[in-house]
Amino acid sequence: MPTEQKADRLAVRKTYKLFVGGKFPRSESGRSYRVHGADGEFVANAALASRKDVRDAVQAARAAFGGWSGATAYNRGQILYRIAEMLEGRRDQFADEVRTARGGSRSAARADVDAAIDRWVWYAGWSDKIAQVRGNANPVAGPYFNLSTPEPTGVVGVVAPDEPLLGLVSVLAPAIVTGNTVVLLASAAHPLPAITLAEVLATSDLPGGVVNILTGSVAETAPWLAGHADVNALDLTGVADVELGTELERTAADTLKRVLRPPYAEVDWHADPGPGRLTAFLETKTVWHPKGS
Amino acid sequence: MAFEYAPAPESRSIVDIRPAYGLFVDGEFVAPADGESFKTVEPATEEVLAEIAVAGPADVDRAVAAARRAYERVWGPMPGAERAKYLFRIARIIQERARELAVLESIDNGKPIRESRDVDIPLVAQWFFYYAGWADKLGYAGFGPDPRPLGVAGQVIPWNFPLLMLAWKIAPALATGNTVVLKPAETTPLTALLFAEICQQAELPPGVVNILTGAGDTGRTLVEHDGIDKVAFTGSTEVGRQIARSVAGTRKRVTLELGGKAANIVFADAALDQAVEGVVNGIFFNQGHVCCAGSRLLVEESVAEDVLDRLKRRMTTLRVGDPLDKNTDVGAINSAEQLARIRALAEIGEQEGAQRWTAPCPLPDRGFWFSPTVFTDVTQAHRIAREEIFGPVLSVLTFRTPDEAVAKANNTPYGLSAGIWTEKGSRILWLADRLRAGVVWANTFNKFDPTSPFGGYQESGYGREGGRHGLEAYLAH
Repeated sequence: MPTEQKADRLAVRKTYKLFVGGKFPRSESGRSYRVHGADGEFVANAALASRKDVRDAVQAARAAFGGWSGATAYNRGQILYRIAEMLEGRRDQFADEVRTARGGSRSAARADVDAAIDRWVWYAGWSDKIAQVRGNANPVAGPYFNLSTPEPTGVVGVVAPDEPLLGLVSVLAPAIVTGNTVVLLASAAHPLPAITLAEVLATSDLPGGVVNILTGSVAETAPWLAGHADVNALDLTGVADVELGTELERTAADTLKRVLRPPYAEVDWHADPGPGRLTAFLETKTVWHPKGS
Repeated sequence: MAFEYAPAPESRSIVDIRPAYGLFVDGEFVAPADGESFKTVEPATEEVLAEIAVAGPADVDRAVAAARRAYERVWGPMPGAERAKYLFRIARIIQERARELAVLESIDNGKPIRESRDVDIPLVAQWFFYYAGWADKLGYAGFGPDPRPLGVAGQVIPWNFPLLMLAWKIAPALATGNTVVLKPAETTPLTALLFAEICQQAELPPGVVNILTGAGDTGRTLVEHDGIDKVAFTGSTEVGRQIARSVAGTRKRVTLELGGKAANIVFADAALDQAVEGVVNGIFFNQGHVCCAGSRLLVEESVAEDVLDRLKRRMTTLRVGDPLDKNTDVGAINSAEQLARIRALAEIGEQEGAQRWTAPCPLPDRGFWFSPTVFTDVTQAHRIAREEIFGPVLSVLTFRTPDEAVAKANNTPYGLSAGIWTEKGSRILWLADRLRAGVVWANTFNKFDPTSPFGGYQESGYGREGGRHGLEAYLAH
């Protein structure tokens, strides 16, 4: 018996939670906050992450680091490309979310989504090339084999910019493609596309814990991330408040984290990103070995 | 009590071989201008598989013109990111149709399904995936800020790794913005023709890839055509010389990947069982139809007897036969012509005084077969130590010192690859510095990866394929 479509069907709403260790938990604090669209209308409640959530996320990221950094570059590239494929399948959904968050035209939102998909593809291609561009054999003056290769730095804390999807992808993809794992603080103003992106990540063969996404107040959570001894690097691209940025840099100095500073000028997210965001979170390892019969 | 292997044949039903194939020009299958054709046979059964078109001069003209049009109007001006997307699509379709391609490759070439399934086809997909990623990053590859494509590439490939050689040629050419006219080998055209269908499935713009089947004449016409900017050839050193001669005085760029007579050097301190496994893989992989095959075993005198005993024991366990059987180690020789050449050189080996030993294995009644064979008491002057046999035949020589190993390994006009087996790291690197070979494998052999450059010194050709270096052959800078 065919069911009749009711015009006034009551919609099933989505609960936006955190993304930690491949799962979608609520904040352990039980808190949430109201997220509004560009038009000022209420859209949904988002989880308000706490210090404990930061620590859980760092733990998950650390646990995932061995496997992810040990995966072949080819494998990581395949997975990033898979993320692009999954995102492509949800173009309309993301265009809607981007437009709700930021306003503007539908075509502008679509252009952002398309650029975000293409950015995953661009970084997928870097997986097995960055070592060929940034590594090399060193002709030392002696009977030694000497080779420098880039390696991921470890767990990277990322403060995502407010640009709802393209900015988010532009900071996330380069951090993970080289083998780092990430704890990402989503834009406080536009957290919802980040959690929807987590649904894409969770269905793309990306191992749980490689990307962990927290929503809530960046001003509250970022200092915990900057001070956490098991975080190796910090990307402050999304920190607009100069004072907060400086404070985070200072905190990070205690554990000598590598810091990608907040941008001085407004970022054009549609421009060719170059490899700078890859190299910001890479170490160079040089291996010596004697030569002799 | 004897243990027997039960047959474990891979199903042929996955492939659909048409009775006849045309040429792939400008995005479509077309009949050759003068209607000529030849038959391609299955080397394991000698049965005819399909009727294949022969491309004549008019067809080459047409294909080169289509490639030129596609280069000027579509593929050359296209942003790298868009070219990348087409190549990623091709990589994905190859992954999706991997089993079909593997079975077809084994039927047409005679190689064991285990190799086409686990080596050839996965590498083909990987090659396209890797070069796809370069298409929008060429400015970072170290060839200047804005390296440009060359134009139309004429590419001629051999029968030993039909689809893999196609990928080595087409993936970097397309990633860098060139268009191609490719001629697969006369005896192995089928996977290239299936690849043409994959280009259609990927909606690759017409003319970007053109596939012309035929024999040596077709290849020569293509290479000598005025309308191409680049020649890429993999095959025999003899044909390589002809090509180098034919491009003299033109502005065509050339890369040649030719023959080899690689030394696999085993030191007394090597892990001998692993070394023997590597030696077996080095010469019997793909029936020895490998330009970088380790066809000369140089073994340190003090362990020579031990190594030979282990080698013979291992060789008696090799299974020769049906390429589609998943337990087969060594498949069919690709053609009657190649079988005759292997037999002739093996006979010369005996006549010149080397000791022949052949693994005792039953061979099928029909098809082209040659049992894994090893020659001892070989001197450096013997033809089986100097000439590329391109079959499952290993020549064994000995050495006493590392310097002697270097001298013997380098005593060849070739220089494609070499193998080193020792537990001593410093010796590996010392020896690698002294070997005149483009690829040196240490404690492994016959490893290939799209990120890793491949190509030879001396008469093994020039230019490198694979890796960042592989881009250079297709860029003007």
